[in-house]
Amino acid sequence: MAADFASEAVDVVVIGAGPAGMSAATRAARAGLKTVLIDEQDAVGGQIYRAIGKADARRKEILGPDYAAGAAIAEGFAASGARHLTNASVWQVTRERGVNFLKDGKIGSFDAQRVILASGALERPFPIPGWTLPGVLTAGAAQILLKSAGEVPAAPPVLAGCGPLLYLLGWQYVRAGVPIRALVDTTRHEDRWRAKRHLLSALRAWPFLSKGLQLIRTLREAGVPIFEAADDLRVESRLGADRVEHAAALSFTTQGTAHRIEADVILLHQGVVPNTQFTQALRASHRWDDAQLCFTPNVDAWGELDVPGIFVAGDGAGIGGAQAAALQGTLAGLAAAAQLGAVERAKRDAEAAGLRRALADVTRIRPFLDSLYRPRDVNRIPRSETIVCRCEEVTAGELRKFVELGCVGPNQAKSFGRCGMGPCQGRMCGLTVTEVIADARQVSPAEVGYYRIRPPIKPLTLGELAGE
Amino acid sequence: MTSQTIHTLFKPLPGEQGAAAIEIWFNDRPLTVAAGRSVAAALFAAGISRFRATPVSGAPRAPYCMMGACFECLVEIDGVPSRQSCMVEVKAGMRVRSQEGARDLPPAAPIDASLENAHGR
Repeated sequence: MAADFASEAVDVVVIGAGPAGMSAATRAARAGLKTVLIDEQDAVGGQIYRAIGKADARRKEILGPDYAAGAAIAEGFAASGARHLTNASVWQVTRERGVNFLKDGKIGSFDAQRVILASGALERPFPIPGWTLPGVLTAGAAQILLKSAGEVPAAPPVLAGCGPLLYLLGWQYVRAGVPIRALVDTTRHEDRWRAKRHLLSALRAWPFLSKGLQLIRTLREAGVPIFEAADDLRVESRLGADRVEHAAALSFTTQGTAHRIEADVILLHQGVVPNTQFTQALRASHRWDDAQLCFTPNVDAWGELDVPGIFVAGDGAGIGGAQAAALQGTLAGLAAAAQLGAVERAKRDAEAAGLRRALADVTRIRPFLDSLYRPRDVNRIPRSETIVCRCEEVTAGELRKFVELGCVGPNQAKSFGRCGMGPCQGRMCGLTVTEVIADARQVSPAEVGYYRIRPPIKPLTLGELAGE
Repeated sequence: MTSQTIHTLFKPLPGEQGAAAIEIWFNDRPLTVAAGRSVAAALFAAGISRFRATPVSGAPRAPYCMMGACFECLVEIDGVPSRQSCMVEVKAGMRVRSQEGARDLPPAAPIDASLENAHGR
């Protein structure tokens, strides 16, 4: 059993060191609270500001001003007095606000008065034939390689899908002098029409809108071939000289015309969704968000869950982007500090009013983006041959057969065919499985529900658990 | 992989300041990689494109998300299996092995997925 193992009592534990987590920890610490920020990386930044502390001027120039803006948040955090626990992965948060983590092969634990979850977003699954092949990565993965290691595709890649991150990566590659084979955009003309409903509010968020247009203009001016309204995406493979099957080409159609573009690296993206592993494991209530096509935890105006004393800040409570995340982090840190008596209620409310105004400004473009870059049904609810669960190699067709046999939800799908039972714990298939089952049963995703997520959220060995 | 042939998916950005080169072991062969990055990033830039084979069909896999979510980059590091290579910093002398699923497949065995019964186990 866990020998000489004691929980350390602290006021606030914040999990995740992106903009939301850094801001939350900064605010709580500034109120004089004993605050710990836990994160899996060796430095702050999360994914959006990954390696911000070691990025030199050239890296910042390539990645652009939105990335460089993270440095100020990181500096604020460094000066706040909050403790930063690096390279630590939290494998459990209890409803009683116990936080169990693994660091350097050893387990540790905090007993917190308040917990702020800031574990951000995951890229939405993009299940198309061949998406499991070596050489197929997410656009976010490619961006992490650029931010953290200065690595870029060895040969011109294909970027495929939709959403701001995809165009941003292309823009960054152009600035870095990295040639791009093609941008294959799945956004259709009808998506553009639908999104126009939200254009008025988007126009009020002109700086965001204009930035997005600039990204695509840069790609066009750089001569990157852009294919629009792409359908029937499929990654083709070949056996390499090393006798390993790799990605070799992306094939697709545009308005009935077939295309095939050869590339060893194919970067997929169709938006990001809240990382709900902690909130699901906490049995907090969630709702299906039909605009963002994902499950979102229910929170109050401060980010507090229906599990008292536990907050969510940033994309984990619904996708709002980095600027919104920082503001939500400050709000949650402020609310936690007020609950613990470190900030007076009147001061809290006065400060919150300004934060909420800023939040309204930076989220005004969201309905437009959600509508314009709503991933296509076929790219979320794939045809039968496509692998849905990467870990256990369960296809959409097998999943539909489970439904024919009486499987009503994701948790039953596990016993029908191990779907979602691999090491990723449903992170790569959860939403797809929900939507495929909902589609097959002709009911709403809300009715189908999500996987029952259980700790450990991150794998640990029995030996580590026993404190060996 | 016992094959010497490499398949380089990612490379250092041209003009990037050269990171220190360190020696590690990959599948019992010495491999020179750049330091100051994750094991996954180091292996990519050294031309490794197959990190593991799935336990179900033996299909080759490589990192997909690079942020600790997909578990496609699992390798054995210094004798410990199922390490997320995108989350571990590469260090000189590390002994890294591709993770050959649950079946102990011979390395680089030609795999005919059509002959595999994915759920027969």
